[in-house]
Amino acid sequence: MIEPLTIPVGVTLEAFTDIDFWTSVGIFAGIYTIFALGLQLNVGFTGIQNFGQAGFMAIGAYTMAILTAEEGMNFWLTLPISVLVTIAFGLLVGLPSLRLRADYFAIATIAFAEAIRLIALNARELTNGAQGIFGFDDSWDSISESIEDFIVDLGWTAVPSLFPLFLVTWGIAVLLMFTLTRVQGTPWGRVLRAIREDEDAARALGKNAFSYKLQSLAIAATIGAVAGWLLAIQLAFVVPDEFQPVVTFIGYVVLVLGGLANYWGVAVGAIILWTVLEGLRFLELPISETKIAALRFIIVGLVLIGLMAFRPQGVFGKREEMVLGD
Amino acid sequence: MEAGTLAAGHKPTLGERFSNAVNRFNEAPYVVKAGLGVFLLDLVLVVADRWPDSFGEWILLLAIFAVTVAAMVPFEARPAAIAAVVLGNVVAVLILYHGLHDVAQRGVNGLSLGAIYALGAVGLTLVYGILKLVNFAHGDFLTFGAYMAYLVNVTWELPLVFGIVFAILTTALLGISLEKVMWAPMRRRGAGMLQLLLISIGLAFVIRYGIQFIWGTELRQLDVNRTATVSFLDLRIGRTQLIVIIVGFVTLVATGLGLRLTMLGKQMRALSDNLDLAETSGINTSRVILYTWLFAAGLAGLAGVFAGAITQLQPELGFELLLPIFAAVVLGGIGNAFGALTAGIVLGVVIEWSTLFIASGLKLAVGFIILIIVLIIRPEGIFGQARTV
Repeated sequence: MIEPLTIPVGVTLEAFTDIDFWTSVGIFAGIYTIFALGLQLNVGFTGIQNFGQAGFMAIGAYTMAILTAEEGMNFWLTLPISVLVTIAFGLLVGLPSLRLRADYFAIATIAFAEAIRLIALNARELTNGAQGIFGFDDSWDSISESIEDFIVDLGWTAVPSLFPLFLVTWGIAVLLMFTLTRVQGTPWGRVLRAIREDEDAARALGKNAFSYKLQSLAIAATIGAVAGWLLAIQLAFVVPDEFQPVVTFIGYVVLVLGGLANYWGVAVGAIILWTVLEGLRFLELPISETKIAALRFIIVGLVLIGLMAFRPQGVFGKREEMVLGD
Repeated sequence: MEAGTLAAGHKPTLGERFSNAVNRFNEAPYVVKAGLGVFLLDLVLVVADRWPDSFGEWILLLAIFAVTVAAMVPFEARPAAIAAVVLGNVVAVLILYHGLHDVAQRGVNGLSLGAIYALGAVGLTLVYGILKLVNFAHGDFLTFGAYMAYLVNVTWELPLVFGIVFAILTTALLGISLEKVMWAPMRRRGAGMLQLLLISIGLAFVIRYGIQFIWGTELRQLDVNRTATVSFLDLRIGRTQLIVIIVGFVTLVATGLGLRLTMLGKQMRALSDNLDLAETSGINTSRVILYTWLFAAGLAGLAGVFAGAITQLQPELGFELLLPIFAAVVLGGIGNAFGALTAGIVLGVVIEWSTLFIASGLKLAVGFIILIIVLIIRPEGIFGQARTV
C-alpha cells in the first residue's frame, strides 16, 4: 500500500485510480453534456440566449419525481408526461419573451428559473420543500441491476454500482449529439442558423422566425428535462438547491469551453471541466476543504473570462460561426 | 417547408396565430385592455388571499376595481401614472383585507430592502445603459462591500462608520480597476453583448469564491444593534433598519440631485441615452465612464454594507440580491437612473406587501413574476421611453 504523500503540495495516486469516483464524475460530465446540448441548440445555432435551462431541468426532474414518488405512477409513464410539462413551460416562457431583445430575454429566462426554484422550495405540499423528494428510482434500480448482471456475465466482475447509469447517460448524450448534428443539416436546422445570422433576412425569405425560435427553445427545454431525470437518478433525490442559476452558468462554461456551434465540442467541454474540477480534489494543498471548493470555482471563473477575452469561439468552435461578436 | 407569409392561401402557423392574437389585443381600445389587466390583477390577489366573505366586501372590491379602471382612463400612454394607479389598486385591496396598520407596517419593513435595491439598481442601470453591459458581477460588488466593512468593523474593531467609508472606497476602486484592465480593453476589441455578459459571470465567480476562499461560508455579522426597535404611530421598526432607510434615502436623494444638477451627472445621463452622440458633442466619454464605475461600484458597496447590517454576511449575499436589482433596473427602464431608483424602492415595498397573502419564502418569486409581466407588457420599462426592445 502506498503511503499518502505528506509534502504540502502533492497528488494522492491512490485516489486517482478510484474507479467508483471517476464513474460518478463521468456521470456528472454526461449530465452536463446533455444539459449544455440544449444550450448549444439555443445559443450556438439559433442565437437565443437561454439562461433558464436550470429551470427546465428542475421542471423535468420534479415532474418525474412527484408523479412517481407521490402519485405512485409508473416511472416510465412519467417520463413522457414530464416532457410534455416541460414543453408547456418552454412555450409559456418563450411565447411572451422571445419577442424581446436578447438581453431582456436572458434576464427574463433567469428570472423564470429562479421563480421555479423558489416555488419548489416553498410549495411544500407538492415538492416537500428543502427536504426534497426521495424514492422514485425503484424502476431504475431494477434496470440498473440487470445491466450490471449483463456486464458481469461478459466477464468484468468489479463493475462499479453506478456504471449502468454511466452507460445510459453517455448513451443518451451520444445519441443526442448525433441526432442534433444530423438535424442541423436539414432545412429546419439551416433556417435556425439563418435566423441566428440575420433574423430579418430569414423573415424576408418567408420564414416565421418566431415560430422557429419557439421550437428551438421547446426542444432545448426537453433536453434540459432529460438531464434533470438523470441528475435525479444519480443523486437519488430531488432538492431545489440542485437547480441554482449557477448550474446554468456552468452549462455556459461547458458550452464555450467546447466551442459554439459544435455539438460534439460540448462533450469535450464537459469532460475537460469535470476532470479539472474533480481532479483538483486530489491536490493535497495545505488548505481546508471549503477553500479548495472555492478555488475550483475561482478557476472556472478565470477560465470563462480568459476564453471570452482571448478565444471567444471556444476551444473547438469555428470562428466563422462565432455568435458572440454581434 | 412552409410557404412564404405573403403567398396566397398561406395557412398561418401556431407562432403566427399567436403573433396575430397579440397584435389584435394591442389594437383593442385602451379601456378594454386596462379593464382586463386590472381584472386579472385583482383576481390573482383574491385567489392568492381569500374570496370576499361578506356582501360588503364584494361591493368594496368591485368599487376598487371600478375606481381603478376609471382612474386609468386619463393616463393612456403615461405608463408611470398607470403603474401608480395599479399600485393604488393593490394597496386598496390589501387594506380592505388586512387593515391599514398591517399594510403600513409591512410597507415600512419593505423600505430598508427597497433602499438597498435602489442603491444597487442606480449603478447597475447606468453601467447597463452606457456600456451595454449586463453585469452579473454587480451583486458580488455588494458582497465585496459588505466583507470590506466586516474587515474594518469586526476584524479591526473600528466603528461601522469607518467600515462603510472603507467599503465604498474599496468597492469603487475595484470597479475602476476592472474597467481599466478588463472592460475597456474588451470594448476596444468590439466584444458583443453575450461575450461581455459571460465575462461578468466569470468575474462574479472569481469575486464570490474569492470571498469564500478567504472568509469561508459561515454566516458572519457586522457589529450592529439587532434588537433595539423604534416605535412611532403604532408602527415598529428595528433601529438598524431605520438607519439604513434614512442613510439610504439621503444617499438616493443626493444621487438623484447629482444626476440632475451636476455637469458630470448630466454627462452620465447623456452617455446612457446615446454614447456616440454624447461623444460627438464633445464629452470626454472615457472619463465619464470611469466616473460611472466609481459611482456605481461605490453605491453597490454601500448597499452591500446595508444588506449585511440588516441580515447576515455570506458569500452569496449579493448574488441573492442581484435578480431583484435587475428587476428594478428593467422596471425603471434600462439606463434610466431615476426610474431604477423609484422602481427599487417600490419593488422592496411591494415584495414585503406580498407576504400579507403568500408564504414569505415566495416573496422574491413575486418580484420575478412582476419583472416577467413588465417585460411582456412594457419591456422598455415603466419610466422608459418607447424604443426598440
